[in-house]
Amino acid sequence: MSQGLELANWSYVAMLLFTLIGSWWLEFAFKITVLRRPKKLLLSILPISAFFLTWDAFAIYQKHWTFDPDQILGFYGPLDIPLEEFAFFVIIPIAAILTLEGVKVVLNRIKR
Amino acid sequence: MRFELSYTQITVYALILTIFFDMFITKNSLLSTLRFWFSYFIILPFQLFTNWWLTSREIVIYNSESIIGLRLAGAPIEDLIFGFAMILAVMSLWESKTNAGKIR
Repeated sequence: MSQGLELANWSYVAMLLFTLIGSWWLEFAFKITVLRRPKKLLLSILPISAFFLTWDAFAIYQKHWTFDPDQILGFYGPLDIPLEEFAFFVIIPIAAILTLEGVKVVLNRIKR
Repeated sequence: MRFELSYTQITVYALILTIFFDMFITKNSLLSTLRFWFSYFIILPFQLFTNWWLTSREIVIYNSESIIGLRLAGAPIEDLIFGFAMILAVMSLWESKTNAGKIR
């Protein structure tokens, strides 16, 4: 990434931000404690992310898919995997857990 | 000898391992709960949308030989299943750490 970033370089990041913005408010709207239990959250996510990232890395290594360099920021982590792909495996799980906890609140309200 | 697996195979193995994990390791059996399916059906349209975003804009470009070829909202069906497995696995581990799984 020697040249400046263009708007298109944020394409993958935009999807990650969309997921973050679309889910973080559940913590407050449903008074759930997911983001406020960061240790538990990380301990739930990391083992799963590591497992799925391994599969992901194996797929990328076999060239099952490639990333358009014009639509990512251009920072690469281990195994030449773009930074966004690593972030994906943290942000998507957080959104999933927030959804689950929000749903539980709703189901419990209905039950009463 | 080179060890190779198509994306389709990777997806199926990940799904099988995840179901096993949920049933026998965390013993949450989330797949038989209302709260899981309710959550997943909220997540599904977002998953389809984000998968569509990544594939239709060709942010991620798939090798046609690696996938079965069935697509949903532009994205290979494998993406949907891979995402489903990851969501199930994460929720299952989260519940075993919070013991919140007692509800429903």
